Amino acid sequence: MQPRNSVKKVLRRLRPYTGILSAAVLCALVSVSLTLYIPVLVGHALDRIIGKGNVAFADVAQILGYIGVAVAGVTVCQWLMTYLVNLVSYKTVRDLRREVFRKLNTVPLAYIDTHGHGDLISRVINDVDAVGDGLTQLFLQLFAGVVTIVGTLIFMLMTDWRIALAVFFLTPLSLFVAAFIGKLSARRFREQQLLQGEISSYVEEYVGNQRIVKAFSYEQQAFEDFDAYNTKLYDVGFKAQYAGALANPTTRLVNAIVYAAVGVIGALTVLSGTLTVGGLSCFLTYANQYTKPFNDVTGVLTQLQTGIAAAARVFEVLEAEDETPDAPNAAAPPHRGEVCFDDVSFSYTPEKPLIRHFSLRVKSGTHVAIVGPTGCGKTTLINLLMRFYDVNGGSIRVDGADIRDMRRDELRTRFGMVLQDSWLFHGTIMENLRYGNENASEAEIIAAAKAAYAHSFIRRMPKGYDTVISEGGGNLSLGQKQLLCIARAMLTHPDILILDEATSSIDTLTEIRVQKAFAKMMQGKTAFVVAHRLSTIRESDVILVMRDGNIVEQGNHEELLQQKGFYYQLYQSQFSKQ
Amino acid sequence: MWKLRRFLKDYKKECIIGPLCKLFEAILELFVPLVMANIIDVGIANRDAGHVWRMSALLVLLAVLGWSSAMFTQYFASKASQGAGTKIRRALFAHINTLSHAELDALGTPSLITRITNDTNQVQQSIAMMIRLLTRAPFIIVGSLVMAMTINLKLSLIFFAAALLIALTLWLVMTRSVPVFAAMQRKLDRIGVISRENLSGNRVIRAFSKQKTECARVDAATEDLAKTSIRVSMLSALLSPVTYAVTDIAIILIVWFGAVEVNAGGMHTGDIVALVSYMTQILLAMVVVANLVTLMTRAGASAKRINEVLETAPSVTEATAEPVTVDSNAPKIAFENVSFHYSADGDEELSSVSFSVPRGATVGIIGGTGSGKTTLVNLVPRFYDVTKGCVRVDGVDVRDYPFAQLRRQIGIVPQQSVLFSGTIRDNLRWQNKNATDEEMIRALQIAQAYEFVAKLPQGLDSRVEQGGRNFSGGQRQRLCIARALVAHPAVLILDDSFSALDVATDAALRRALQENTQGMTVLLVTQRCATVREADLILTVHDGRLAGQGTHEELMRSCDIYRAICLSQQGETEVRHATA
Repeated sequence: MQPRNSVKKVLRRLRPYTGILSAAVLCALVSVSLTLYIPVLVGHALDRIIGKGNVAFADVAQILGYIGVAVAGVTVCQWLMTYLVNLVSYKTVRDLRREVFRKLNTVPLAYIDTHGHGDLISRVINDVDAVGDGLTQLFLQLFAGVVTIVGTLIFMLMTDWRIALAVFFLTPLSLFVAAFIGKLSARRFREQQLLQGEISSYVEEYVGNQRIVKAFSYEQQAFEDFDAYNTKLYDVGFKAQYAGALANPTTRLVNAIVYAAVGVIGALTVLSGTLTVGGLSCFLTYANQYTKPFNDVTGVLTQLQTGIAAAARVFEVLEAEDETPDAPNAAAPPHRGEVCFDDVSFSYTPEKPLIRHFSLRVKSGTHVAIVGPTGCGKTTLINLLMRFYDVNGGSIRVDGADIRDMRRDELRTRFGMVLQDSWLFHGTIMENLRYGNENASEAEIIAAAKAAYAHSFIRRMPKGYDTVISEGGGNLSLGQKQLLCIARAMLTHPDILILDEATSSIDTLTEIRVQKAFAKMMQGKTAFVVAHRLSTIRESDVILVMRDGNIVEQGNHEELLQQKGFYYQLYQSQFSKQ
Repeated sequence: MWKLRRFLKDYKKECIIGPLCKLFEAILELFVPLVMANIIDVGIANRDAGHVWRMSALLVLLAVLGWSSAMFTQYFASKASQGAGTKIRRALFAHINTLSHAELDALGTPSLITRITNDTNQVQQSIAMMIRLLTRAPFIIVGSLVMAMTINLKLSLIFFAAALLIALTLWLVMTRSVPVFAAMQRKLDRIGVISRENLSGNRVIRAFSKQKTECARVDAATEDLAKTSIRVSMLSALLSPVTYAVTDIAIILIVWFGAVEVNAGGMHTGDIVALVSYMTQILLAMVVVANLVTLMTRAGASAKRINEVLETAPSVTEATAEPVTVDSNAPKIAFENVSFHYSADGDEELSSVSFSVPRGATVGIIGGTGSGKTTLVNLVPRFYDVTKGCVRVDGVDVRDYPFAQLRRQIGIVPQQSVLFSGTIRDNLRWQNKNATDEEMIRALQIAQAYEFVAKLPQGLDSRVEQGGRNFSGGQRQRLCIARALVAHPAVLILDDSFSALDVATDAALRRALQENTQGMTVLLVTQRCATVREADLILTVHDGRLAGQGTHEELMRSCDIYRAICLSQQGETEVRHATA
């Protein structure tokens, strides 16, 4: 993405704050002009302090009074400017975060599945912050800097145009020097950044998995590999740091020379009688002031560049394509709990066709088991049913209507879903259970928890239903989390269930409870179960056997065994010895 | 911070010469206003153009000298800081390698990672800053004060007052805003938490059509952060205007009382110019000191975190580096009355566990979550030391082995299947650097992984991304099994290693293992009854105790817990059928 484009896009988002920004510019104008005027006043005062017995005290007092007023003005305006700029950038940061977050909830699920979550979070947190920092620096430097440069030039021109021209042409020298050094060091910094990244991932990998390193007695090898990176980082880091460190002393050298030049020219002009000593004094101050914005800009240049790069990453997310919007006059057929796959084809990537021409009629109350080896596409069916992904060909109809003609939320309320990796959010158990049905009364919630065999363990928790679930649900076992998800799904009174049986890692007692809860929930409802257990599979009305994304066989247990096909093989390999 | 000084031991020269060069530069800087005053008071007053030129040449000379000494400082600062940083990183990594599981648990890996990266960088940066600035800023402040005193003792009082006021302002604003910055960080973390939840639970959120609620949550959190940020910016925006105001007021006073002095003949007008510029220098130096203090507090915190790691002593240490002689007639593994707890005040994880495993036997270890299965197998490679009793391998207490001799004969497949970035070949060669392709392919075949590896365009040379995330859970698990098999370990530990496999693969894998691990002692941790059914010995672990040991048939008869587990998993008829 073009850097200029992302700058433009950020600026467009500042439009609501034009008023505040104009006020900030006004403050900058007042404070900088007053700042510049103070040396003039000091100069005037000095001109009235000539020597022993030759001081115009009344004038000096008056001038110092003006300075006092100017100082007060500068202080207030400078504070106000900084505050207003911060106000705008913090509000912009807030707006951007909200925008990105909303975007993440409107993009197709495929976007979230295919992008690293760590990376997306880093865009919400770090990149948006970098944009904010960049904005603050940009405005503070830009407002104050431009006004300072223009102002000092005017003042200097008014005092003495010859010296002013000298300063005008000499100062940008330091900018060139800084830019030159910056170019020299940029490559080394990039190298350093790259190595830093490599070393970080190495450490993350090997320290993070120290147990495996120990188990395989790999410590020495790991240390040697690490040290190779570390030594390389030393070389590159030293060069980068030194090259970068050259900029500051060198620009200061250039400024010092400018200062000396102003001294000479100024003193000579004083000698020729067209400039006073006070005039020279404030000229010297201006020469210093004039160079400052140039130095400051070189100082925050990296921050600005980081901000621009970050903005590009943020806009990459913001410009991702949204899901197709819901159909305008959406169908809302009566709830029956029927599902019909009609010649459905689907693939995540065009090169790898997954589901081809799949048809199935599921009548209300039918239990469908989906079985097959790992990675055969069982979750794909769920993705399509819930319309997390759209089919490429054919159609899926729920209660007679094509799901693409229904509003997504309308469609999804018909389903109750319990997945293997149970998702709960950071909040109390009560809040989590109420998630799908905000109007559920406490009595209803407790009834659902009882039905899902979750009530007894919830009651044993320190604060019962008000116990806060930590992020990721660390204070609950996997099985307990699944029981909560079952209770949560029960509360929405769905017509159709989508259940994903856990393969393992649940302790035996809880597992029995989960099984019972599943069974109770499924009574009289249409259900799709990704099944791992023989009992579930055998009792289903229809079994879909999947292999490499295709439904290779369908039928009930007995029929499939008689076919002696893939299901028969699966069954034999698993259960033959029992 | 001070405790880390040993890492600068080899950089003594840099740490002394660097600041000295900077000091020299600062001294030169102090002369600049004096020379300028001289141009005005001597050159202009005497209308001596030659003097003006000479003095300006001196200014340029001062600037060039200052520049070259600054270059030296930068060189030494870069060298010492990068060098010390490199040494700290190396020491940390080496030390982490010696820590045992108990300490790694206590410190936590994410925290170790930040210590080795961010914290070390922070300390490294602060060393460079110290060399560059620690002498300069205080020197400028003191020097300017001294110079002001030599010019006029009475006027220098204004300097002291102003310096104190500026210091007070800096201190007030900083102490008040730092806690708020910490609060801002927490609020930012909260937004991070919400975003992470939103991404990981996106399916559920959409399933319940709760996008609006989620947006409301993030709206509240971002508003909260914006409010706090804006509030703190009201305060921190004060810093610069107020310090400048103090300086300007001091300048007003200097001019006024200077005028009185000049009028009385106590000093020249040029002296006032010099005093004003010293005042400005003090201000700038104070601002630098303030930044330095912030940086140092942050670096101090980092240094503390680094030290914490370096000072952690490993609890499991090698008794000897010499290989020990083993008794090849003793049972391969024997637990003698073993008890273990992670922390002295915690409950016992294992209590009085005794069993022995004959050479070449397959042992199934079954029990519920948290019953102590993993803890039990972790004691064999001595990841932890037992609290009571002893664990013997080949008749020798594991505490008497050198680590390498003990661990090289054990192949472990951990619960979490992690691969390392590199190629499949790199990963398979972890325990045996010289493994041939045939050996690797054999291991892959046993682990039921060869089929999908062979299908990859680059086969054994296919890239593995960090953690192995470009493979599915089941594929990773099978690759980890193959990794442990390549070196033909005498003992193979499978810690719930089939969980991501579907039933068919699980069964095929178990059969292949059975056929190919003759002579290998296998410890098989699992929750699935079917997995252990054919083991030579089954250990049923319950609440840290051995609830029963024996074969499937024996345990079905004698062990209630084992029977309960089996019944729950298979439905009664099948179990009966199997036992019949």
